[in-house]
Amino acid sequence: MPSLPTLYRGREGMWMWVVHRVTGVAIFFFLLIHILDTALVRISPEDYNDVIGSYHSPIYGIVEAGLVAAIIIHAFNGVRIILVDRWTWALRHQRLLSWIVWGIFVVLMAGFLPRHLGNVFGGA
Amino acid sequence: MAATAPELKPIPSRRTIGKAQRWSWIFQRISGAVLIVLIFTHLFYNLMMGDGVSQIDFAFVAGKWSAPLWQWWAFALLVLGLVHGGNGMRMIVDDYAHGRVLPHILHWALRLSVLVLIVLGTLVIFTFDPCPTDVDPSILPGFCADL
Repeated sequence: MPSLPTLYRGREGMWMWVVHRVTGVAIFFFLLIHILDTALVRISPEDYNDVIGSYHSPIYGIVEAGLVAAIIIHAFNGVRIILVDRWTWALRHQRLLSWIVWGIFVVLMAGFLPRHLGNVFGGA
Repeated sequence: MAATAPELKPIPSRRTIGKAQRWSWIFQRISGAVLIVLIFTHLFYNLMMGDGVSQIDFAFVAGKWSAPLWQWWAFALLVLGLVHGGNGMRMIVDDYAHGRVLPHILHWALRLSVLVLIVLGTLVIFTFDPCPTDVDPSILPGFCADL
């Protein structure tokens, strides 16, 4: 039985749109916090060290890994959006491009995660 | 029997139309492309080089921001990041917030937070003192001892 038609077109394009929004909102709110905590360097270096010290904890280390993941996917999906808008070939192959974005994501995270998690869990 | 599509009532979009929307998209793309370079450099320098996240403390920031290049780098990240993010949030507000009051409240909340943080961040970056005298010298960068 065919499913009822909906507003949603489904498949890669729609899911990348959802991913772009969700990661964008997450990065925006992190940016607000990041500016406020960094502002402490001007107000109190001691307090800055206390606050940034919590960034070195395992929980924050995992949150940071998620943040970097969100930035990577948002950045390269943004490139895909620009290409799809500007270039007919990319428009025809936007599904393939979605998977290329995830491929880049996997490669970059494979380079980043061991180094980052080593710094978080292995360091003093 | 073939299923028929449900009747969909169009919801009027609050998005601005015409030139403003066009410039918003152009800005979003250009700033996005620039932000890719700015952010990945920022992440690589702070999280991949040296001891990664565990090296970040006041002395690390002071070492970076004693160089004008890193001050301007942070300033560009601050302004482009906030305006790109704020503009993206505005699009989401325009898509989901309806009614007479809510969209206005959210638009002003966005404008205000973006503006306040740009002013705050700019002051922090450009009035920054890497060697403040009223602080325990052990948390300062090494070069402060030579002053």
